[in-house]
Amino acid sequence: MRPFTTETAAMLKLPVANVDTDQLIPARFMKEPRKPEGYGRFLLHDLIAEADMPKPEAGQTILVARRNFGCGSSREAAVYALADFGFRAVIAPGFGDIFASNCVKNGVVPATVSEADAEALLAAGNLPVTIDLEAQRIACGNIVVDFTIDPVWRTQLLKGWDDIDLTLAEADGIAAFLAQDAAGRPWAAPRR
Amino acid sequence: MPAPLTLFDKLWRSHVVTERDDGLALLWIDRHFVHEGSHHAFGQIAARGAKVARPDLTFGVADHYVPTRGRGLPIPDASVARMVDQLSANTAAHGITLFGLDDARQGIVHVTGTEQGLTLPGLTVVCGDSHTSTHGAFGAYAFGIGASEVAHVLATQTLWQKKPKRMRVGVDGMIGLGITAKDIMLTVIATIGADGAAGHAIEFAGSAIRGLSMEGRMTLCNMSIEAGGRCGMVAPDETTFAYLAGRPFAPAGDVWTAAIDDWRRLPTDADAAFDREVALDGADIAPTVTWGISPEQALPITASVPDPAGMADAVKAAATRDALDYMALAPGQKLDTIAVDRVFIGSCTNSRIEDLRAAAGVLAGKRAKVPGLVSPGSSLVKQQAEQEGLARIFTEAGLEWVESGCSMCVGMNGDMVAPGERCASTTNRNFKGRQGPGARTHLMSPAMVAAAAVTGHLTDVRRFS
Ligand code: SF4
Repeated sequence: MRPFTTETAAMLKLPVANVDTDQLIPARFMKEPRKPEGYGRFLLHDLIAEADMPKPEAGQTILVARRNFGCGSSREAAVYALADFGFRAVIAPGFGDIFASNCVKNGVVPATVSEADAEALLAAGNLPVTIDLEAQRIACGNIVVDFTIDPVWRTQLLKGWDDIDLTLAEADGIAAFLAQDAAGRPWAAPRR
Repeated sequence: MPAPLTLFDKLWRSHVVTERDDGLALLWIDRHFVHEGSHHAFGQIAARGAKVARPDLTFGVADHYVPTRGRGLPIPDASVARMVDQLSANTAAHGITLFGLDDARQGIVHVTGTEQGLTLPGLTVVCGDSHTSTHGAFGAYAFGIGASEVAHVLATQTLWQKKPKRMRVGVDGMIGLGITAKDIMLTVIATIGADGAAGHAIEFAGSAIRGLSMEGRMTLCNMSIEAGGRCGMVAPDETTFAYLAGRPFAPAGDVWTAAIDDWRRLPTDADAAFDREVALDGADIAPTVTWGISPEQALPITASVPDPAGMADAVKAAATRDALDYMALAPGQKLDTIAVDRVFIGSCTNSRIEDLRAAAGVLAGKRAKVPGLVSPGSSLVKQQAEQEGLARIFTEAGLEWVESGCSMCVGMNGDMVAPGERCASTTNRNFKGRQGPGARTHLMSPAMVAAAAVTGHLTDVRRFS
């Protein structure tokens, strides 16, 4: 996975609360083979068909929205669609639990801000936004706000580690567990 | 004195490698089963150039897509053949034991794995399939996982998990003649709802559960997921040990003796606390069938189709209307007058030897009024059923006796219920389209399916005893 340090880009502003994963990618587009590539063109398909909704544009890699972003069904395809379109970070005053952890699995930063800070960013002019994961800070023109993220996820994203990398870093702990386990549960291995 | 622990607490505690501040624990996985559907995960680890960490703890089974007819011949459907071949290639490349199509031990993963003695008390067992909960019948922590998690287990033999809450479902009292684990479980699901155990690890306890065979306990745990549970389990006891003794992969000799000593310490301590308790009286349980499109839409066979008009809960009324519409049933219709078009006996829920014996017991010397398929849970079960003369009873009744696989439980291999047809089935899911587009499924025990076959409509099997 590509490590994330800072990202400066145009921002997609979605002044909507409770954008669920079905809005991120409607279920009917998921009959295709489960490959992350190719989902981007269905991103927010039905939502942006509505009048006055901003459409995602090439070059936008950071999304800001209102509370409870990514709630609903656990489908990982919602994040595939975001990542495949090019998004690297989502900013909101709260996320669906499974969605946020799926973001991290796919290298997308779920940055939690206060309601007031989200509103400030949504109201900001059309300036590029910078998100600094190390400093946990977002800057857009003269708006500078801090965000929170689970420390384990932050490390993973900074290092570009997926869950498997994270676990492989526990090699010593696993070895210690196994040494103790082999003595305690000699019957646990399948008989050969 | 140490604090009293539940069976689940003991299983959890003995597998934690490390814990994180956010509440996730890294668990060691003792057994990992893969099947045709696991190819995404093999693809993921190939993409990162990783090896399977513990091929010795990983076992492959061909079941979801396998044909149930023409075994030994080339598979006619090219996409099915590709799925089966890919599993063979992936397991061979990583040195994983495969119970493939040419193996006498092949079967449905949850039947083969347990019958081979691979699942033991005190283990963690995972598979990329929600009905992995079946293996909890041995007092193991067994649960289904997603594709990324399968890749994680392949690469590391561990998994990050959040500890579920604990729930005890107690069933005490004498269960009536002709009442099976399937009837108990459908009643539990109807009582607590299809999401009633969400976020919980279920332990089944009580005298009625103790009295069940291993086959029955597996049926019970199999459908834990249908109640929303993370997993289901029954504490190991003499029944468990007797079932496991001498199984090919189960421990033997001194190791077996040590194992039994340890396993006797697994059951929940007196006074251990559960987050939730549900109690049922076994004497109240009748032969049970589903009438709708969720396993919670189940009733005793003596009841009638519910009437949404009389329901206070608007959401429930809407769900009932939707179900009746799909199932083409009228409110108030007596359940035992619903005519069926075909029957299916099979799936990881009810395809073990005891299930086949129960169905054959009803069918012996009779003719089925409707067509049907009997697919044993494993090729070894098939062999045993043929030796016991059960296969002859099925074929003489007019049912088709086929090879082992997931078959008409899910229809991936082409064994499907036709659109609009009504099927009495021993499987675990009556969702819309589960047995084929437009298929109407009624879930029930093997003996109840046999009774429906003989009469052509849903029938109280107690009439036959
Ligand atoms: S028999 Fe049905 S429920 Fe069981 S593993 Fe196969 S498809 Fe899943």
